[in-house]
Amino acid sequence: MDLLLVGTSHHHAPVEVRERVALELGEAAALAARLGEAGAEAVCLSTCNRTELYLAHPDAAEAERLAVETLVALAGDEIESVLYRLHGEAAAVHLFRVAAGLDSLVPGEGEILGQVKAAYEAGSAGPFLGRLFRQALHAGKRVRSDTAIGERPASVSSAAAALAQQVFGDLAGRRVLVIGAGSVGELAARALTARGAEVRVANRTVGDGMLSLEEVEPQLAEADVVVSSTSAPGFVLERSQVERALRARKGKPLFLIDLAVPRDLDPAIHELEGCFLYDIDDLEAVVAESLAGRRSEAAQAEGIVAEEVERFGEWRSSLDVVPAIASLRARAEEIRARELAKVEKRLSEKERAAVDSVTTQVLNKLLHLPTVRMKEAAAGSEGVLYAATVRHLFGLDKKDER
Amino acid sequence: MAELLFWPALLAYGEAAVAYAGNARRPGTLGRAATWGVRLGWLAQTGLLIAQAARAEGFPWASWAGSLNLFVWLVVSAYLIWGCRPSYRLLGLAVMPVAAVLLAVAYAGGGMGEDAESRLSTLFLVLHVGLVLAGIAGFTLAAALAGLYLWEERRLKRREPRILRLGAPSLVSLDVLCARTVAVSLAVFLAGMSAGFARLDEFDARMAASIATAGVYGAFLLSWRAGWRGRRSAWLAVAGSALVMVLLLVSHF
Repeated sequence: MDLLLVGTSHHHAPVEVRERVALELGEAAALAARLGEAGAEAVCLSTCNRTELYLAHPDAAEAERLAVETLVALAGDEIESVLYRLHGEAAAVHLFRVAAGLDSLVPGEGEILGQVKAAYEAGSAGPFLGRLFRQALHAGKRVRSDTAIGERPASVSSAAAALAQQVFGDLAGRRVLVIGAGSVGELAARALTARGAEVRVANRTVGDGMLSLEEVEPQLAEADVVVSSTSAPGFVLERSQVERALRARKGKPLFLIDLAVPRDLDPAIHELEGCFLYDIDDLEAVVAESLAGRRSEAAQAEGIVAEEVERFGEWRSSLDVVPAIASLRARAEEIRARELAKVEKRLSEKERAAVDSVTTQVLNKLLHLPTVRMKEAAAGSEGVLYAATVRHLFGLDKKDER
Repeated sequence: MAELLFWPALLAYGEAAVAYAGNARRPGTLGRAATWGVRLGWLAQTGLLIAQAARAEGFPWASWAGSLNLFVWLVVSAYLIWGCRPSYRLLGLAVMPVAAVLLAVAYAGGGMGEDAESRLSTLFLVLHVGLVLAGIAGFTLAAALAGLYLWEERRLKRREPRILRLGAPSLVSLDVLCARTVAVSLAVFLAGMSAGFARLDEFDARMAASIATAGVYGAFLLSWRAGWRGRRSAWLAVAGSALVMVLLLVSHF
């Protein structure tokens, strides 16, 4: 069984090409099923950054033809130039790196692991791809649990939310006051609400359920996080306003995020006890450090991926000798049973049981060392050679091996 | 037997202290190694205390070194309540080196023996010394939590870009946890103190030190409830713990 990967990703193709081969999970499942009908084990992984077909097929050339034809049918001939084709171990390494988030646009992003799992579950994986994907998912989980690659935020909005968590811990039920109804503030608000915070918006033009800018100061007594991103030329919130609000807060901390340029929040607010004000530069510095940290963790993650690929390789190699071992044992057992049957009638029940036991033990002891040696050879590169030799020496034809 | 258990406990606490330091530089596997060091050390020290209690005819921790041995166990026990969580590993960096050093000091002072030389009854010693030590262990842990709060708050104020690198508990949870620890510890300390007052008939320096300690932590809790939280309450917890140590040294030696 040969392993093949054909696909394209953000490293090779621009979005206008990728979008033509981007598939919903159901469509990817249907495509994998179609390839499955053509005799291949198939899984289609399609995300916004990549579309990849993983195939396990007895004929690698036929599998490649099938995969390329399928993708060309989706996106036209021009996609062929941006397709990569990986075989055997290279394909396995690629999948393991993808599952670990090492091939992602932001190293270590966590969403890809779920997408790989979903693709595997929806695909037409047999024993070979099943093992490959399970091992890849295990590698992805290990990378996330054994390294800090996925723990750090990769965007300004997620950094703002992570810093708010550093102050408050769980954000569930925390009150967020967003000043300005622009898209920048909305992104930060979304990152905070995703963690359970409750958002209120204050804006110069008051819409449905919004507060006016005049209502901001009274709200400060209750808010835990303030996000500001207006286009006002001066400060929207002065130190004196926050100072007044602090008296009613009874020592509760206040985290303020200023995403506006020019700044909305008076920098002197940061000097107040219990107030933590971060502007866009501060957040970008946190993100830059975080991404640098992810890259340094990536080296450790690559080591984990290499270990898991090696384990998969060992399993893959064992496939070369396992049928030969099974066949050898079956043949030996067949001979033993046949010879035993010849003398069976001349033996009492007790004698028959004794002969049966002795011959079984002799057989097991005789075959133990060759079995161990073959498994050891399979872990290296000589598994195929050993399997062929055993088949030849003992006259095991391929029919017996299945 | 008791002495044989001392070395595994000390080694495990030492390993935990070193692993916590390594974890602060590079979070990951070392953090788990540190947590296991604390667990194994605590088990060894628990065995040590049980062996001491089983062999002694009275209360074996009445001497200053014995008390220190028990005190270390109480501090580590209290730490273990949260210490297994990854976000509290930084607290381990504050607690475990001190625990290892104090355990070594207790050993050097003869606190691993089974001598129970005291004119006071075992029940009284269990109630008074045990509860007072448990209270002080709680105050010490609260001070470590407050120290962690101050460190974390300083990093947030400095807007350190690497602030998210180390998984630390949030400011609010540290503040609340510190106050709760003080509340529980004060209750335990007062219970131990009451036992002492009921038994002892002369007012001495130790009693004065105990009253001062209870006063400081009582003020801490009242001010915390009134809204004196965050940095101020953290400093008060640290100062309270320092005061307890000074008063203990002055009144006992």
